[in-house]
Amino acid sequence: MSTVSVSVTVNGDVRTHDVEPRVLLVHYLRDVLRLTGTHVGCDTSNCGACTVILDGVAAKSCTVLAVQARGCSVTTIEGLAGPGEPLSPVQQGFHQEHGLQCGYCTPGMVMACTALLSQNPDPTEDEIRHALEGNLCRCTGYQMIVNAVRWAVEHPDGIPESSEAAASAPSSVGASS
Amino acid sequence: MISASFDYVEATSVQHALALYAEHDDAKFLAGGHSLVPMMKLRLVSANVLIDIGRLAELSYIEDRGDHIAVGALTRHCDVETSPLLAEHLGLLAHVAGHVGDPQVRNRGTMGGSLVHGDPAADLPAAVLALGATMVLTSASGTRLVPAHEFFVGFLETALNDGELLTEVRFAKRTGEGWAYEKFNRRAMDYAIVAVAVQLGQQPGVALVNMNTTPHLAVAATSALAAGASAAAVVEAVAEGTEPWSDGNATPEYRTHLARELTRRALARAGYTAEA
Repeated sequence: MSTVSVSVTVNGDVRTHDVEPRVLLVHYLRDVLRLTGTHVGCDTSNCGACTVILDGVAAKSCTVLAVQARGCSVTTIEGLAGPGEPLSPVQQGFHQEHGLQCGYCTPGMVMACTALLSQNPDPTEDEIRHALEGNLCRCTGYQMIVNAVRWAVEHPDGIPESSEAAASAPSSVGASS
Repeated sequence: MISASFDYVEATSVQHALALYAEHDDAKFLAGGHSLVPMMKLRLVSANVLIDIGRLAELSYIEDRGDHIAVGALTRHCDVETSPLLAEHLGLLAHVAGHVGDPQVRNRGTMGGSLVHGDPAADLPAAVLALGATMVLTSASGTRLVPAHEFFVGFLETALNDGELLTEVRFAKRTGEGWAYEKFNRRAMDYAIVAVAVQLGQQPGVALVNMNTTPHLAVAATSALAAGASAAAVVEAVAEGTEPWSDGNATPEYRTHLARELTRRALARAGYTAEA
């Protein structure tokens, strides 16, 4: 079968490859671009682990063909903060509020939350829970994730890396051991 | 899961899409892909060629046409859900669109794509049945109009002929009329175990989700509503003609119970009071 030339702007860079039409966006991101932060969870449009931001809105990349994203802009978890940069406010919120345990769902959760805040910068708890209906977490029970989003709402610029480390490290650590 | 191989072509207009379809053997139209792609990944569906119509802006609109509102087949669920025009005149449709899947699915999935899938477990078919919508089917030889209750003809099967494309759905305005959608499921994003859509007014409708092999218009309950019967009589009639099945979620008896209970709740929520 034929291949199709696909150009997609991923995390700000235009990437062009010949791909088979049946290649899913999530496999294109992971296997071709080696951006493995986007996870494959259920592979059936249920769990949301593969959520990316596609032309400004959250989408499940296991249910989008790479060819369908031609000419589109895709943001993955890697696009939120580069190496050495402070984490995004949503990422910091997950850190500060312990919004994860095993972490498998986290990239999809962070992208869904980021998409939510781009459309609704001050969501209520109810709105947060509705916005996350497409993302399953089997560890946290969701409350800490909701808290993480609220943290990001209250810290729209996040906090600088150095003071974040200070804020999360108890001052007594290392004092008596 | 990865689907079997296929070729891909992108259509630039409705006429181009129809011409491409005529050129290729075993072609399918690809809209948002949120029914077709999962089916192809499961290898329940295959095609030699997918004709991508997903970017045809000419099929994405919500238009006020005086006595009715026309919705283009490629209008995404999120746009139906949040349309102020639909909120004013077709509250049931906007509300039901907001119950399709989850936010990610609603951002990509299209109204036409969901309807032509013809899934008895899906939400939107119940809305178009309860609203007595008209489907506009376009082929190389022109368009024909099919009432919603004649559109769903079998399990995942519609009245679309080979080479026809659903291009628009028309809804009479229901401004100020009562409506309700009661959906019973276990997780927020799941398909309904059973759901019921109720539209009141001069041309009422009651439609059921997952109570038959096709999306199901509850004819007897609809007639009872039109005749101004009591809510209890409508509830009693609602399961007539259904053929619910058994699966891991529910027995046929439980589904029938749900259909009646959800109809009772929907009538109350819609503000139905019997005329008689």
